[in-house]
Amino acid sequence: MEKTLDLKYTYTEKKDTRSGFGDGLLEAGRNNPNVVGLCADLIGSLKMGAFQKEFPERFFQVGIAEANMIGLAAGMTIGGKIPFTGTFANFSTGRVYDQIRQSVAYSDKNVKICASHAGLTLGEDGATHQILEDLGMMRMLPHMTVINPCDYNQTKAATLALVDHVGPAYLRFGRPSWPIFTPADQKFEIGKAWKMIDGKDVTIFATGHLVWEAVVAEAMLREEGISAEVINIHTIKPLDTEAILDSVAKTGCAVSAEEHQLNGGLGDSIAQTLIRNHPAPLEYVGVNDSFGESGTPTQLLEKYGLNAENIVKKAKIALRRKSG
Amino acid sequence: MEKHSIDHLEGICSQVRRDCLRMVHAVQSGHPGAALGMCEYVVALFFNEMEHDSDFKMDGKGEDLFFLSNGHVSALWYSVLARSGYFGVPELGTFRKINSRLQGHPATEEGLPGIRIASGSLGQGLSVGIGAAQTKKLNQDDKLVYVMMGDGEQQEGQVWEAAMYAAHHKVDNLIAAIDLNRQQIDGPTEKVMDLIDLGAKWEAFGWQIVNIEKGNDMASVLEGLAKAKSLTGQGKPVMILLHTEMGYGVDFMVGTHKWHGVAPNDEQLENALGQLEETLGDY
Ligand SMILES: Cc1ncc(C[n+]2csc(CCOP(=O)(O)OP(=O)(O)O)c2C)c(N)n1
Ligand SMILES: [Mg+2]
Repeated sequence: MEKTLDLKYTYTEKKDTRSGFGDGLLEAGRNNPNVVGLCADLIGSLKMGAFQKEFPERFFQVGIAEANMIGLAAGMTIGGKIPFTGTFANFSTGRVYDQIRQSVAYSDKNVKICASHAGLTLGEDGATHQILEDLGMMRMLPHMTVINPCDYNQTKAATLALVDHVGPAYLRFGRPSWPIFTPADQKFEIGKAWKMIDGKDVTIFATGHLVWEAVVAEAMLREEGISAEVINIHTIKPLDTEAILDSVAKTGCAVSAEEHQLNGGLGDSIAQTLIRNHPAPLEYVGVNDSFGESGTPTQLLEKYGLNAENIVKKAKIALRRKSG
Repeated sequence: MEKHSIDHLEGICSQVRRDCLRMVHAVQSGHPGAALGMCEYVVALFFNEMEHDSDFKMDGKGEDLFFLSNGHVSALWYSVLARSGYFGVPELGTFRKINSRLQGHPATEEGLPGIRIASGSLGQGLSVGIGAAQTKKLNQDDKLVYVMMGDGEQQEGQVWEAAMYAAHHKVDNLIAAIDLNRQQIDGPTEKVMDLIDLGAKWEAFGWQIVNIEKGNDMASVLEGLAKAKSLTGQGKPVMILLHTEMGYGVDFMVGTHKWHGVAPNDEQLENALGQLEETLGDY
């Protein structure tokens, strides 16, 4: 399918976004002596091995004890360290929600919660590990910045940007090998949406892995004479409401796309913005109130409708509602 | 439960090990290491020690119950469940595939017979097992609850909340076990987060301890389980320290964390299967 399409962004290489985090963390460690790393028995999965090797005295293996890890990280900020914690997204959020809430968010500590294997694309491990509620939980917390980059390069850039950002932050990335379609030298501005493709009929707001699916969907829609705008919402919170409203003022309808529950995620954030300022049809692409399951990433994205084909379908519904 | 000879039980172990390896190999994902290591213990429970009914009922009234807290060892449990009649052996071929009841980690969502609670996020199973054991007491049900955990899993704080609770509330119809393979994902437990003397810790928390020094020797496992059973009903929970070797039964997998969560390739599978007799017929 992708091969025959005239895509506005292309790729020559695929890589996992977690490697963008690992490589970004290593560079961050070299740039800033205050950067420290913590991990809960998942160094390989989080790609934190290079940082551990180069900065053994600034790296802490905490064992399988995520609640302890969050508390330790909060404590390390007192005196100026910048802790980056690493474990799977489920154990980075739901497992330790109150530790994050009290010791990190409410206490406004400069902890960077770095979470891999988010969403369905974790694959075969199944629902216990495939968290689809993390963006919602994290964006509900006052003081928390929430970032969900789309590919290896953007994840690396986001990791580096977090070093200079002061305050609690949640950085979400994943396990599968994924197209690298954004530039290596990009400047990552926290809270600033990135309009990747200009369009006039419908806006696709996407985050994380689904930004790539949105790029593919744009080309598919163009073949049918529909002009879609694609906006990469890498920062879920603070949300770039200005960019959202500007775009929908022009297109008049939108689709949100995320590897997350419909409840509480990007789509809901956009709906809130639109309903308050500029009501317009919005269609959601995401998981509709169900848990995930085992399967390959591609099978799961298809089964749960988290792919380009479904974005196209939803875009057409949004268009119909606009003119209807 | 009818009792089997040690030879017969060892034959089942060989087949279960084959199942685990073939399941993990087929989807190139899953956790063979601890599955191979815990095989004797789980086979002994289901084929010899527990009173249970393969015509599965969630309530499990009048039956011994089993909870797998270290849910990543799912392949082992699924094979044992299938081989003891909970569901058809061919279904093992759907392990970790889309639309399967055999999820990567045990789940109740798809209704797989034998599973009473989801597990996979570590550290939660002992609390659940204790709760189920207390319900048995409330129901005047004199059967036992068995809980299996990993040794790396002992690093989770919830395990120790449960430890304190069970002793305080005299939950003595419970036999928990720790798979002491001394390995976890990032390496030996000693290097990752030293557990030091686990027996002394559990004892200090008010539990009775049974050591099964040779957890991969069926006779020792049966002996240890008999001892553990004899300690129930005495006002204290019982903990088995099951000393095993990760990857037991396949020479190139033994004793290393490297096979915690890695699937064998075609050649490695063939080599491994060559070391394990097909006793009950592959699925
Ligand atoms: C709460 C939680 N944190 C992290 C993990 C990821 N994880 C799965 S297995 C494992 C290691 C468990 O060690 P152990 O209990 O010794 O099991 P073994 O490696 O011996 O199979 C980890 C860290 C998890 N499943 N749950
Ligand atoms: Mg272990």
